[in-house]
Amino acid sequence: MILTVDHVTLYRYDRPVRGLVQSHRLMPSTCTGQRVLNWAVTVTDGLAGGAFRDGAGDWIQGWSVPGPVSEVAVTVRGTVETTDQAGVLRGHRELTPPDCYLQSTPSTRSDLALAELAATVAGHDDVLDAAHRLSGLVSEAIVYTPGATAATTTASEALALGKGVCQDHSHALLAVARQAGLPARYVSGYLLVEGDGAAEGQEAAHAWAEIWVRGLGWVGFDPANRCCPDDRYIRLGSGLDAQDAAPIRGTARGTGFEKLDVTVAVQAVQQ
Amino acid sequence: MTTYFNEMYDSGKVRPPYARLEDWTRSMPAELREMKQAEAEALFRRIGITFAVYGEGGDPDRLIPFDMFPRVFTSGEWARLERGIKQRARALNAFLVDVYGRGEIVRAGRIPGRLVYRNAAYEKAVVGFVPSKGVYSHVVGIDLVRTGADEFFVLEDNCRTPSGVSYMLENREIMMRMFPDLFRGNRIEPVDSYPEKLRRTLASVAPTKCERDPTIVILTPGHFNSAYYEHSFLADLMGVELVEGADLFVEGEYVFMRTTEGPKRVDVIYRRVDDDYIDPLCFRPDSMLGIPGLMDVYRSGGVSICSAPGAGVADDKAVYTYVPEMIRFYLGEEPLLKNVPTWQCSKTDDCKYVLENLHELVVKEVHGSGGYGMLVGPKSTKAEIEAYRARVEADPGNYIAQPTLALSTTPTFVDEGIAPRHVDLRPYCLVGERVELVPGGLTRVALTEGSLVVNSSQGGGVKDTWVLAE
Repeated sequence: MILTVDHVTLYRYDRPVRGLVQSHRLMPSTCTGQRVLNWAVTVTDGLAGGAFRDGAGDWIQGWSVPGPVSEVAVTVRGTVETTDQAGVLRGHRELTPPDCYLQSTPSTRSDLALAELAATVAGHDDVLDAAHRLSGLVSEAIVYTPGATAATTTASEALALGKGVCQDHSHALLAVARQAGLPARYVSGYLLVEGDGAAEGQEAAHAWAEIWVRGLGWVGFDPANRCCPDDRYIRLGSGLDAQDAAPIRGTARGTGFEKLDVTVAVQAVQQ
Repeated sequence: MTTYFNEMYDSGKVRPPYARLEDWTRSMPAELREMKQAEAEALFRRIGITFAVYGEGGDPDRLIPFDMFPRVFTSGEWARLERGIKQRARALNAFLVDVYGRGEIVRAGRIPGRLVYRNAAYEKAVVGFVPSKGVYSHVVGIDLVRTGADEFFVLEDNCRTPSGVSYMLENREIMMRMFPDLFRGNRIEPVDSYPEKLRRTLASVAPTKCERDPTIVILTPGHFNSAYYEHSFLADLMGVELVEGADLFVEGEYVFMRTTEGPKRVDVIYRRVDDDYIDPLCFRPDSMLGIPGLMDVYRSGGVSICSAPGAGVADDKAVYTYVPEMIRFYLGEEPLLKNVPTWQCSKTDDCKYVLENLHELVVKEVHGSGGYGMLVGPKSTKAEIEAYRARVEADPGNYIAQPTLALSTTPTFVDEGIAPRHVDLRPYCLVGERVELVPGGLTRVALTEGSLVVNSSQGGGVKDTWVLAE
């Protein structure tokens, strides 16, 4: 499939700020099943900073915008050719040991209810099957409901609420997988939303989880859509949780109040 | 009854390095000693060297007690220690480069992967990045204790930002001012080259993108930090700027410092701020102490950070057990300095042994420091031991235990005159293009009779440490 991405993040300040610094994870991962045909990230009046590929294989690019400035747009435009890999991450060069992804973070910390979910796969030898089951359990336990949770909602809170969006599904799956002893990580990327998904209000800026399956490697699971990532997905990068895997982390110097507008459109090109 | 090695008197005879000090103390009347002690205290106050003691409340500007009786090593003793310390510092750095790279030592099964990769101090963010010259820990503080004429043990390694070197320098300065005759009569190796050596070490690890004489700064959390005095003291002596996070900013591919003449590019940051706080875009987003974007500049070769983020995984108390193994694995040598035998409560058998023998062991928290939260079995009451037992049982993985070592004593001035008190030693090994050690270090002394806890936070004092020239 050929997917086009049009992703604009607009920062507006009521008083000019003295400058902005950001760290981007906005390049599609270099792996089998994703071929970049064209891709460009621009930042209004931005100075490109250090760029490198990190230990997890993500392309990181620093940016700074000298002030005073009251409006900055981060624009991502590109086209990627994707093929379905049944969720398996292949051809992805990385060095980070999977065991690192057993560490929990404040938003993925386990609790009694999450531990109970994890316990249903205790003693399971088939890791792939266990991962599928956990993903299925999370899909059932948390009903896709936009607006019910916030960016700071934890896995534990989302499970108790029984509602959430892709970030909550992913955090909950990470918590139960790690609790069950499976290395798991948060993945951020884009999704082509069609039909039912569009009607439900699914967004094209998406997140899912990857679980380490010995012998197979990292395998993606999308509990929000009850499936594994396929050719509708574009993978950007990973981390221990949403914050660690965020496509954009940034901060402004100044006292201005920030207003944020994000628009993301992913479309399939007719062939 | 444990016997302790007395560094001055061995079977009733004065050991040679202390010979002149015996004459010195004999010829000093009590009134003169009291006067000198008061003078030393006044000097310390005047230079402003104080040490806040966490958790004890009271006077934050309390002085660390200074004991005027020097601790002395012969050149031969020091030469052996120096080889052992440098060996250890090399192995610790090789380990750090390895575990953030291919992890050969884990693949070879010489250290369990979970101790390294599941360690809270392991920084995923620097995996695959090799710092300038392959050095992670530029100042390695190795805590040593002595138990016999030729017996030394490493108590712990400090690979992040070991503090206390200002005391090594000030103690010497004050001793030379108060007792110039002592220094004329004894040939003592100088320690005052430390700041210049530190500066050279930092300059030698300038980043790949730096093509000029590097600009070095010291990054401090601020004046409320207990080691702030040391940060400003070292900045002064090295002739570099002392900065806080807000004084630095990232622009493009580099880090800059605000100065009255406009922004100035910074190449090497000797930071005394913990990893978690140095960059809110990479680590804790709520940190006000760091520099946003610093890690992107660092990982793309625009600035060096000393110690390198992630260095802490090498000085963890559970990883400590494997340092002798690191020396064999990376250097192909036998360790010259011994580790203290350590039981890890995360192991069932070890934990059982520890719980059965709490009354004679020293038990510590894996991530603890400064002598907080530890149990010294032989010096504790039954109730203290039982309370500690409950803590270990609740979270065994958080504790390690070691035998209570018979720490050597050196003569120390006390109210009643001169009496033996237990001491340890922290030398500061510099690692850059070269591995260097100034002859000396910080001797900490437990001033309470019989106490084996030398930490300044627990009422310990300090002494000048002499290495005699050949």
